[in-house]
Amino acid sequence: MAKIIRFIPLVLFIALGIILYRGLSLNPQAMPSALVGQKMPAFALTQLLKPDVTLTEQDLAGDIVLLNVWGTWCVYCKYEHPYLIDIAKSGRVSLYGLNYKDDRKDAEQWLKDYQDPYQLSIFDPLGKLGIELGVTAAPETFVIDKSGLIRMKYVGPIDGRVWREKFVPVIELLESEMKGGATS
Amino acid sequence: MKYVTVILFFLMTFTVEAWTTDTYVFEDEVTEIRYKALVKELRCPKCQNQNLADSNSAIANDLRREVYELLQQGKADIEIVDFMVKRYGEFVLYRPRVSSLTYILWFGPALLLLIGVIVVIFILRKKPVKQVNKTLSNEQQDKLAQILKDK
Repeated sequence: MAKIIRFIPLVLFIALGIILYRGLSLNPQAMPSALVGQKMPAFALTQLLKPDVTLTEQDLAGDIVLLNVWGTWCVYCKYEHPYLIDIAKSGRVSLYGLNYKDDRKDAEQWLKDYQDPYQLSIFDPLGKLGIELGVTAAPETFVIDKSGLIRMKYVGPIDGRVWREKFVPVIELLESEMKGGATS
Repeated sequence: MKYVTVILFFLMTFTVEAWTTDTYVFEDEVTEIRYKALVKELRCPKCQNQNLADSNSAIANDLRREVYELLQQGKADIEIVDFMVKRYGEFVLYRPRVSSLTYILWFGPALLLLIGVIVVIFILRKKPVKQVNKTLSNEQQDKLAQILKDK
């Protein structure tokens, strides 16, 4: 008995070591989104390229919707832009933009200069919809399913690896759900 | 003593009140106090180790405006906190709510203290080791005398 007690500090030390070591590789910026599994919040904002058109959550139509939060002030948005163009071309998802806390003219110019991958962009200069979505910065991307539920939130820029590892599994899941729904 | 006064003087001059420069106007003092308490209590989701009051980041700015607007709408503190938690998760609370997820946060330290106390009591109450008879037997005594004599 006494001998076992002697080893308790060592065991505790090792356990603490493992926990703290794991902590070193955790990303403190990665937060579980409170919105996954929730309905897309309601909104009424103008369209970026057509200031007189008011958009609501109904306008985000598509089997699988990708809502990409972007802004011209955001450096990583430029980095992910070519990937977004590829994603839009693939036709696998409906890509929409949420122009977040930006200037309309700057944003229009950006889409002219770098090509517009979005079916349409929502213009949110005050970040109101951003707050509804729990957006902290750009770029962030939401995956929304056919019924309007938010299924995934990704914080940070999308590139080839992120797309394959994070998005494709979710999209495949959604595709199989839809197939299942169609046959049954 | 003189030096102490000088040092104290410098310490006092360089203390800065770090409030960000929003110019929200409140109808009454109570709302203003509530606003200040809320932005102190809520954590900035982007900068993480700052509260909304201290942070200058864009999102903290927006969330302060949101808190102000919600207060103007006559929302209760708890409603405003719920609003933030619903969008940004439990993370925005500097004092997390007691739930099965946060039991370890809330009760962990008390539990560790309790374990410590138990260990201390355990050690203190341990019976002292029995005194072993340390005197030499006659035979050993003789041998010792012999050795000393030989020297």
